[in-house]
Amino acid sequence: MQSQATYNYKVVRQFAVMTVIWGIVGMLVGVIIAAQLIWPELNVVEWLSYGRLRPLHTNAVIFAFGGCALFATSYFAVQRTSHVPLFAPALAAFTFWGWQLVIVLAALSLPLGFTQGKEYAELEWPIDILITLVWVSYAVVFFGTIVKRKVSHIYVANWFFGGFILTVAVLHLVNSAAIPVFAAGILTPKSYSAYAGVQDAMVQWWYGHNAVGFFLTAGFLGMMYYFVPKQAGRPIYSYRLSVVHFWALIFTYMWAGPHHLHYTALPDWTQSVGMVFSLILLAPSWGGMINGIMTLSGAWHKLRDDPILKFMITSLSFYGMSTFEGPMMSIKTVNALSHYTDWTVGHVHSGALGWVAMISIGSIYYLLPRLFGKPEMHSKKLVEAHFWIATIGIVLYIASMWIAGVMQGLMWRATNLDGTLTYSFVESVKATYPFWTIRLLGGLLFLSGMLIMAYNMFLTMAGGKAVNAPVLAPAAAH
Amino acid sequence: MDINDLRSIFTVLAFIAFVGIVWWAYSDRRKKTYDEAAMLPLDGDSPFVPSVPSVPQATENQERKSS
Repeated sequence: MQSQATYNYKVVRQFAVMTVIWGIVGMLVGVIIAAQLIWPELNVVEWLSYGRLRPLHTNAVIFAFGGCALFATSYFAVQRTSHVPLFAPALAAFTFWGWQLVIVLAALSLPLGFTQGKEYAELEWPIDILITLVWVSYAVVFFGTIVKRKVSHIYVANWFFGGFILTVAVLHLVNSAAIPVFAAGILTPKSYSAYAGVQDAMVQWWYGHNAVGFFLTAGFLGMMYYFVPKQAGRPIYSYRLSVVHFWALIFTYMWAGPHHLHYTALPDWTQSVGMVFSLILLAPSWGGMINGIMTLSGAWHKLRDDPILKFMITSLSFYGMSTFEGPMMSIKTVNALSHYTDWTVGHVHSGALGWVAMISIGSIYYLLPRLFGKPEMHSKKLVEAHFWIATIGIVLYIASMWIAGVMQGLMWRATNLDGTLTYSFVESVKATYPFWTIRLLGGLLFLSGMLIMAYNMFLTMAGGKAVNAPVLAPAAAH
Repeated sequence: MDINDLRSIFTVLAFIAFVGIVWWAYSDRRKKTYDEAAMLPLDGDSPFVPSVPSVPQATENQERKSS
């Protein structure tokens, strides 16, 4: 018996609970801005106007909801697959409180109008410095745990989590490089990007697309490689494929950013490189998806009555769909139609709601009973209800945005025989209203699912006590 | 030789490295390590949750075929 040593579940518990809370906050802001597009009179005051709330929505769902989910699951997986408690527990606690402070500062500063104006990197320089401190601590805790592991092999989920942590550190440091204007004072921060012109745009989208590739993909693939085998009770379909999957993503993702800048001042060859690498990305993405889904090969019946597994396998289906759609949209001629339309918004949410949120929700449902000493979630029926409500919500959301996007693209490019534009811009706005309404409904459904999850979570926590599982000795070599 | 030749060489080297990784990952020598590694997450994860008996994929597939 390994004495009383236990895994550090405290920080996992904190991040798991906050995942649900921030999920609700971020998605609520999303629902509000979706409604503001339909009813502009909802822009009552400037700090609750669409332009201020939109970056708050993206930051909240990506970094608060997604970030907390990644911290919780990576801390859980790295301890258990390394058979040691977390390295530097005080630093782990700092990552929790520091990350929450970042989120609160974002929620205050963005509505007040402090922004660097870079998508997904809007936060001003003092918050950027705090993010750097938290992220370095995260890396120390994570890699420190790997260094003191009791097994020789580093499980593939940890490779994905580790790749995500390292890359996000580099992305954040490079893209956030800015010259602060100290005259403005620290309470009213203001800064200018260290880069100029098209280089600034390229650095931003090198960051932006790799935020998708490493924050929203590699990190959540780490989740997939740990929690899908866990919930299915069987090892990953092909471990070799998972190794190739990892390296293929690492070798290709970095180059895909220019597809965000098709038909801009960016040199043509750079755009083409971005397009080609985006197309290549289809292969590793689908390899990974197949690897995850085929883990259930021979045990498909488990899907019938396990709603948590439903979340996970559906998330992989959406991962496959959006990683097919993405390369397609990166083709210049397709992009000429899709860019700047709601199709892009639909594509992002197919990935964000379908893949990122669904795999996180499934993993958090897996974690909660184990963290609070219960055999299972308070109500399995409510998990099932959550699954269906969320799925219908996503389908409404992305289908309406596809139709709206293609319609907008076609209206904007339509010309009369004499070469004049057939439609004015506002006509395309007017034609989009019905689809924005369907999208709002889809968003509301997805948010309701999260509220059900919160209710279920609190009832699971009630009467349970925080438990830390004992550290297991590594299994003897088979 | 200018900087662009170096860039081309780097791209080719990166590609060769990747092909090398694929060859290495699929070599027979790695099989035993990977089979063991694949079982790493499947430990008894909570004294409060009844653990599902886990069956290695290959074994289960064979059982299905032979039955």
